[in-house]
Amino acid sequence: MSSPSIVNLACPVPLGSGDTVLLGHGSGGKLSADLMRDLFLPALGNPVLTRLNDQAVVPVGESRIAISTDSFVVKPLFFRGGDIGSLSVHGTVNDLAVGGAAPLYLSAAFLIEEGFSMESLRRIVASMRRAADASGVIVVTGDTKVVERGKGDGLFINTTGIGLISSDIELSADRAQPGDVILLSGSIGEHGIAILAEREGLEFESTIESDSAPLNGLCAAMLRASTAMRCMRDLTRGGLASALNEIAAQSHVGIELLESAIPVREEVRGACEMLGLDPLYVANEGKLIAIAAPDAAEDLLLAMRSHPQGAQAAVIGRVTASLPGLVTMKTPLGTARIVDMLAGDQLPRIC
Amino acid sequence: MCLAIPGRVLEVEEVGELRSGKVQFGGIVRTVRLDFVPEAVTGDYVLVHVGFAISRVDEQEAARTYELLQAMGALAEELGPGEDPTPDRRPS
Amino acid sequence: MKYLDEYRDGAIARALAAEIASLATRPWVLMEICGGQTHTIMRYGIDELLPRGIELVHGPGCPVCVTPLETIDKAIALAMRPDVTLVSYGDMLRVPGSHSDLLRAKAQGADVRIAYSPTEALKVARANPQRNVVFLAIGFETTAPANAMAAWEARREGLTNFTMLVSHVLVPPAIRALLASPQNRIQGFIAPGHVCTVVGYQEYEDLSREFNLPMVVGGFEPVDLLESILMLVKQLEAGKACVENQYARSVTYAGNLPAQRILAEVFEVADQKWRGIGEISQSGLKFREEYAPFDANRVFDLDLIATEEPAECISALVLQGLRKPTDCPAFGVRCTPEAPLGAPMVSAEGACAAYYHYRRHKECE
Repeated sequence: MSSPSIVNLACPVPLGSGDTVLLGHGSGGKLSADLMRDLFLPALGNPVLTRLNDQAVVPVGESRIAISTDSFVVKPLFFRGGDIGSLSVHGTVNDLAVGGAAPLYLSAAFLIEEGFSMESLRRIVASMRRAADASGVIVVTGDTKVVERGKGDGLFINTTGIGLISSDIELSADRAQPGDVILLSGSIGEHGIAILAEREGLEFESTIESDSAPLNGLCAAMLRASTAMRCMRDLTRGGLASALNEIAAQSHVGIELLESAIPVREEVRGACEMLGLDPLYVANEGKLIAIAAPDAAEDLLLAMRSHPQGAQAAVIGRVTASLPGLVTMKTPLGTARIVDMLAGDQLPRIC
Repeated sequence: MCLAIPGRVLEVEEVGELRSGKVQFGGIVRTVRLDFVPEAVTGDYVLVHVGFAISRVDEQEAARTYELLQAMGALAEELGPGEDPTPDRRPS
Repeated sequence: MKYLDEYRDGAIARALAAEIASLATRPWVLMEICGGQTHTIMRYGIDELLPRGIELVHGPGCPVCVTPLETIDKAIALAMRPDVTLVSYGDMLRVPGSHSDLLRAKAQGADVRIAYSPTEALKVARANPQRNVVFLAIGFETTAPANAMAAWEARREGLTNFTMLVSHVLVPPAIRALLASPQNRIQGFIAPGHVCTVVGYQEYEDLSREFNLPMVVGGFEPVDLLESILMLVKQLEAGKACVENQYARSVTYAGNLPAQRILAEVFEVADQKWRGIGEISQSGLKFREEYAPFDANRVFDLDLIATEEPAECISALVLQGLRKPTDCPAFGVRCTPEAPLGAPMVSAEGACAAYYHYRRHKECE
């Protein structure tokens, strides 16, 4: 057998230090985090931004306002359990809610490609109205731009939300402490699989619906039940694993999960097994995690399970002092594995 | 390599020379090619790789060997779940 | 999920580990050949359950990892052509070529699509007659029959816009090359259960006899692997060297005959280059002459770009089981999943990626 040739020495500079933006930079995983750290923070950094929470809390006069913004680029635009419209409302409402704010107002900006179906637009906006009503928010301002055919991907929506947050609430991803418990509001992976089920190339018949839903009601119930929560986070792209890794990093703590405690529906499991995906990394749009002091667990769990968005809530792990920044998981065999941050989106595999 | 998972055949369809079927994996259903398992019928379990069944699960064989494994597992549990069954195992 | 969950049972796994510990009287070096088996071992921490003396070495059974650099470069070159739609299994998208990878090519505007099955690549071709659809068809003997069916259907239908860039590798010649090496330390093999599902295990009996080594055809779940290791240890302790079938619920001695038939009809054995190892004679598959119109290698004029393997990547030694990923000075430092130097760090079941994702913290302690 020949050994690797040293005749054609290649520059060992890794391909990762690229000069173009990749899809992975938007996937909510490691590349996104790198982009934030290496490009956005150095240019824009300030004490509020650096906390890297889903929402920013700023003082305005005597009050505290929470602001959050999100852009929605989902494909396909319509899927089981929702569409880009309802997603864009729920997403921003949830970002505000997990910060402890009561969401009040949204702005909605539309970037529409020339030639987009008027009927589809009508359906999407109607869906936004229903989602806003269900969430208790109103869309108070907006913007519409149309780009030339070929320059946009059908439709992009950005929503920005504002909410009021009471002065005694201090939820932040850097507040987790060793000994804290981790609560999950329900089963994971449904949104990601619902989207995959409709994408050409990965077809399967599935009854999985996206779990896209407003979480402000659940958050309010949890805040009433306990004042001992350190932070809440809604799970989106990058899944449960990414959210926990971010918290572990920002709080400089370790996180230990129990695999058998994490609820996953049979349909999601089937799809993940078939495509070689790990449910921990699959997108969600109606689930949250909460980190809380250990004696608050019982009250919180009761409050969550009494709410329709938290019926399957469970304690899934705890925060530790060992291996700070690392998320690990105990497997059904009793052994441990790392739950790493992924570089980009998980890709289906055949091997 | 070779991610292949077991699924249950719900129905079989023959279109000309090609054989396919609906196979259920956990909670999802997908059309799978059954060209390599002409003996598989509705109710059988097949192992599926890249959308093709590569074998029909020998359920009798599986049951036979699994019974032995289960007995092993049950015995080990009886000895006490808290005990470390591998006393000189490498440190974790 | 039936025939999956039962083989992840913790009590059975621990019982098997205990049995292995009680039987092993001396150290043994075993190799699991298949990348999927490596993935399970890492993901479930199976090596943590084994007694100290049992060493698991990870074999070259990762078709993604061993796809020749030239093939990746060719795929990227084809994808960059404006008339080409390149369809690939997801695994291949991040594998580094000499200068780029398919995902980056996609970022630069190439029409690259993922398929779970070759039938989907055919669908793309039928739905887009104005595009030249190239399917990157990689795999071991497990995947080759499905890839073969795609070519067979395309030929039967007379599709004129569908070709395949093929890179199929065969396992037994690789094992032979490993065993023939003077540096070989492997005393027993877990043979790849899904490959054997297709081809049977007669070739493994030949190898076992020739080199006097025990082999067990193993499955992919934790219980399968632990049972396979137990069977190997029993043989080794008794001084036996034969082939046993742990994965009997799927594998038969003769294998899958319809699958073998389509393989013989579409492909023939050829010499093949293995990334990180070099050329192994008669270790690959290429299209038969009558399938030339579907062979992307022949249909497209592909000027070979000079292929350059990063000098620091020791995947050659890792793939041969001579080094662990953690022995590599670049591991986790200059070579990470986001910035891989070689294929075993990219492929989900490459040894380096598996170590990085599941077990890195061992080095932190």
